Amino acid sequence: MITDEPAIWTQGLRKSYPGRGAALDGIDLAVPAGTVHGLLGPNGAGKTTTVRILATLASFDSGQAWVAGRNVARDRAGVRARIGIAGQYAAVDGVLSGRQNLEMFARLHRMRAREARARADELLERFDLVEAASRPVRGYSGGMRRRLDLAVSLIRSPRVLFLDEPTTGLDPRSRIEVWDAVRELADSGTTVLLTTQYLEEADRLCSRITMVDRGRVVAEGTPAELKSSVGGRDLDEAFLLITEGA
Amino acid sequence: MSTLTEPTVHGSRITWATVDTWVVAKRHLLHLVRRPDELLGTLMIPVMAVAMFGFVFGEAFGVAMDVPGSEYREFLLPGLFALTMAFGIGNTTISVAEDVRGGVLDRMRSLPMSPVAVLAGRALADVILAVVELSILLALGTLFGWQAHLGVGGVIAALGLLVLLRMAFSWVGILLGLLVSGPEAAMKYFALVFPLAMVADTIVPTDLMPGWLALPAAWNPLSSTVIATRELFGNTAVPATTWVGEHALTMAVLWPVAIIAICLPLAMARLRRLGR
Repeated sequence: MITDEPAIWTQGLRKSYPGRGAALDGIDLAVPAGTVHGLLGPNGAGKTTTVRILATLASFDSGQAWVAGRNVARDRAGVRARIGIAGQYAAVDGVLSGRQNLEMFARLHRMRAREARARADELLERFDLVEAASRPVRGYSGGMRRRLDLAVSLIRSPRVLFLDEPTTGLDPRSRIEVWDAVRELADSGTTVLLTTQYLEEADRLCSRITMVDRGRVVAEGTPAELKSSVGGRDLDEAFLLITEGA
Repeated sequence: MSTLTEPTVHGSRITWATVDTWVVAKRHLLHLVRRPDELLGTLMIPVMAVAMFGFVFGEAFGVAMDVPGSEYREFLLPGLFALTMAFGIGNTTISVAEDVRGGVLDRMRSLPMSPVAVLAGRALADVILAVVELSILLALGTLFGWQAHLGVGGVIAALGLLVLLRMAFSWVGILLGLLVSGPEAAMKYFALVFPLAMVADTIVPTDLMPGWLALPAAWNPLSSTVIATRELFGNTAVPATTWVGEHALTMAVLWPVAIIAICLPLAMARLRRLGR
């Protein structure tokens, strides 16, 4: 699935909020298709803003952004038809059941009712939610909720999937379940852009990592490259050294 | 690969907007099925109002209006139908504010769906809910001795005006839900519905109000709907003395249309700005 054209490409992405200064101060990204790419940084570094811009949920002031071959500023509909978004900000409905959520979002993805039902069945099976399918999501555990969230984001088999801190607040077992699901996706050719505060998560899942701090890219490379560039033993140390040096 | 990821586009934009609106409306209706207490809560207000205003204060209001209590209740019920439509604003505002906070609205914004359907689904659900509420209220009213005197045509026309009013208030609620900081704020401001619902020709005829209140009460969109429906039901009415009261039927159509024409584009603009 890896082609020459990056699945996500940005250059000089800038955005500022009135009164709060620059949230993004020139972000450059190039994510090859079919890879898992990590966006790593502390709170307020600009990770979520970057994802929201790429997912057409927020606007940007200047720079360029392309997702799945579509211009984010000019072809929002084209981008929306090719992406999935999961994580802390794009939620599922807590009152509806898992199945009702999947069927509703499948219908909003322009599937016919029967097609939507079949897709819901398939995803419930794949994410081990068959038993809980007709229960209200409110009663789900954190891990089940996150799996449903992931299932919803995969309804249209997106080319690019944005995962915004997909394991924040999860217990270790649920975290491993989500990791397995992400790896499976990458194996099937989906490009994944993942934001995280957990270095271990980035180390385990990502083929490349972009470290951001205060709206700027401070380092980019494979986990191994980032570790060796500072002579550190693990990513934690590398991250501290790099962000302090920036 | 591309056949799987490209959404198959069949039908026009309008067809899709309609389908999307229905899917979103169904979500809100499913909420009511799963949480029927919300519908009961909304119905509690007019039912209590019939008991309180109709029977506790009814005789006294009747004396003030120089009619028997039973005739006051006939005057009151169309007022309460419209009042119920106004109280619906609260639910709409809270529900939209919850969707902004909870992230469901963001999810919908990231989908290749019709943007207007994200909000119009709520309005459609409100309209369907209004039909259910009005049916229950009509049945209850009949139980209390209220009746329409001018036949089925009049009843249908009156219900149509009430539903139109609710649709307008639904768009007010949607706009407010997108503007407030969260569902808690929406609950705090709920008391503001009271003057809207009661400084109108709903419970007390406007000519029994002090002059400075009578004027805004007469121009309250609720008043036009209430006076028009009283006419269509053939219920007890107080002869109108103002221009707006004399043109109640026209105004009962114009007010809601004007409200929607203002609130819908503002809500859409606000939805687009949510992501800034």
